[in-house]
Amino acid sequence: MTESTAARKPRRSAGSKAAGTTGTKAAGTTGTKAGTGKRTTRSTRTAARKGTEPELVQLLTPEGERVEDAAHAEYASYVADITPEELRGLYRDMVLTRRFDAEATALQRQGELGLWASLLGQEAAQIGSGRATREDDYVFPTYREHGVAWCRGVDPTNLLGMFRGVNNGGWDPNSNNFHLYTIVIGSQALHATGYAMGVAKDGADSGVIAYFGDGASSQGDVSEAFNFAAVYNAPVVFFCQNNQWAISESNEKQTRVPLYQRAQGFGFPGVRVDGNDVLASLAVTRWALDRARRGEGPALIEAFTYRMGAHTTSDDPSRYRHDDERAAWEAKDPILRLRRFLESAHHTDEGFFAELEAESETLGKRVREVVRAMPDPDRFAIFENVYADGHALVDEERAQFAAYQASFADAEGV
Amino acid sequence: MAAEKMALAKAINESLRRALESDPKVLIMGEDVGKLGGVFRVTDGLQKDFGEDRVIDTPLAESGIVGTAIGLALRGYRPVVEIQFDGFVFPAYDQIVTQLAKMHARSLGKVKMPVVIRIPYGGGIGAVEHHSESPEALFAHVAGLKVVSPSNAADAYWMMQQAIQSDDPVIYFEPKRRYWDKAEVDKEAIPGPLHTARVVREGTDLTLAAYGPMVKLCQEVADAAAEEGRSLEVVDLRSISPVDFDTVQASVEKTRRLVVVHEAPVFLGSGAEIAARITERCFYHLEAPVLRVGGYHAPYPPARLEEEYLPDLDRVLDAVDRSLAY
Repeated sequence: MTESTAARKPRRSAGSKAAGTTGTKAAGTTGTKAGTGKRTTRSTRTAARKGTEPELVQLLTPEGERVEDAAHAEYASYVADITPEELRGLYRDMVLTRRFDAEATALQRQGELGLWASLLGQEAAQIGSGRATREDDYVFPTYREHGVAWCRGVDPTNLLGMFRGVNNGGWDPNSNNFHLYTIVIGSQALHATGYAMGVAKDGADSGVIAYFGDGASSQGDVSEAFNFAAVYNAPVVFFCQNNQWAISESNEKQTRVPLYQRAQGFGFPGVRVDGNDVLASLAVTRWALDRARRGEGPALIEAFTYRMGAHTTSDDPSRYRHDDERAAWEAKDPILRLRRFLESAHHTDEGFFAELEAESETLGKRVREVVRAMPDPDRFAIFENVYADGHALVDEERAQFAAYQASFADAEGV
Repeated sequence: MAAEKMALAKAINESLRRALESDPKVLIMGEDVGKLGGVFRVTDGLQKDFGEDRVIDTPLAESGIVGTAIGLALRGYRPVVEIQFDGFVFPAYDQIVTQLAKMHARSLGKVKMPVVIRIPYGGGIGAVEHHSESPEALFAHVAGLKVVSPSNAADAYWMMQQAIQSDDPVIYFEPKRRYWDKAEVDKEAIPGPLHTARVVREGTDLTLAAYGPMVKLCQEVADAAAEEGRSLEVVDLRSISPVDFDTVQASVEKTRRLVVVHEAPVFLGSGAEIAARITERCFYHLEAPVLRVGGYHAPYPPARLEEEYLPDLDRVLDAVDRSLAY
């Protein structure tokens, strides 16, 4: 059985230069205190627990500097040979995803969509992990994985049908190995595990990745998925985007231990990665998928990130969180830090950014046009695809519905 | 091959065996289904012959069983899942209702969910709490699911074959108190469609409609009534969703009276729906309101009281008398 190495040994000593990791300054001091073996009160213990917030894997600081850390060498090796072109690609993915997301939010405000669940702030976690997948891998998303969908080649306008209310998903999961959005929290973790069990039975070396959030980590289905995956050694990667908020409930309402540590109890490794660092997200996900493909079983990745926007367009975060928290996370913006790195490394020029800006606008325009032209479904769609092999009651009710509709035509003498 | 006499549980076992033999994508999953052969031995010997990779002892987690079965179906497998007892299905109810039932529609038909969920159900075996319930209406109410229940070994064999072949999720309720009842099973006979009812006894004075464990009881009722000169027709519904209303209607148009019998509580049970539909379809044929005999709106009682709770010969005859008295 593989133990969670992340849980066993700190990846960086408390006093070392904490390269932009969350709350590591506090970690350094309180952590040391706790380490002296002094008797602590409950409140200081809690503080110590919070203070010794675990280290996360980071390869790119918020200032855009590459982290050269021996403790992360294994993960870093997965992006060691990344080319400037690939880096520009990641940047482009994140920018276009954010542009698409902003367009969707605007379309909701204009009444074109009934609802939108924004991924603002989570671009690095999604693009990094999404780009780690291979074509034959299979992805099980929640309803916020617009960036992962982008990486899988799903036409972004396909994602909007359910938010406009013209279908409940509707894309073919098998054309991009990207399953339908799942709204019930955590259900898809089991689907991913079952799918991965099937991959193993087939003797294939594909990987499966299940997305979910910090809120979903409380669901029984997620724990059951961890356990089934461990028991059957299924090639599935659990990718938890801890965006700090489950609608209005913070992490403290979901868990008493850092989420990645849950893996240890199930018997597979868990790693916390800086979810605003696209390079680290890419590296750690490659690592996890790679070992899954080799038959080494599941892994849990906790991508530590932040939901910059509301839970959905129906939510009002001002009721439960302060603006200064958001401001602190803005300084760790995933796109900004890659831009800083690209610029300091001279991997880009003004032309690149200008072209990308134009591409973004084109995408926004296309999304707008497609959504506005998206027709309401035919009313008889209610009765379509309820069953694959048909059902007498559905047939009967469809006929009744048709007769009822036709009665208006008769009345109008049409 | 000639028909062979076997118990209902054995018929399901043979049907599962045939499915495992004929389609490599068929899997058996559940708690204790492997080495033990299930608590009722329905999967006896299957793991020995088909291996742990196809007859899978799962962790004790019903939602996990159904949730992973959905994932396996997405991968192209045809899982046949066992829920150990009726009252233990509820941890999986969310996966069944929100995912399994709706996946085909959600994908606009691009995804199919050929999953069979076997549930031993009903009372009469003197069991402890949660081991004697009849929750079929809770599944029949959900669009996207199909719900069936065989009453005899031959149907059990063939309905399982058809359920596994179905591209829709089928909840297959097994009448556990009839597991040991034997009947002729012809493995070569080509059956009719899965979701059709069958008149198992012809009569002229009143129709009894039932499924699963209550069909045998209704046949006994018909015998008893015959001694009093009453001719009862018995319809084995076989399918609870969809219900073959045409067969029931044809019977009621002949007999003009209908009593529906099930172990499940009467309130909002299958009988309520059948009563409503048959009243709509046969209003001018009916000589009496459609009556129902079933469980009460109370938790399934402790075993010492179950005979009071379950429909029996006298309670059904009482309903027959009331109907005929109109």
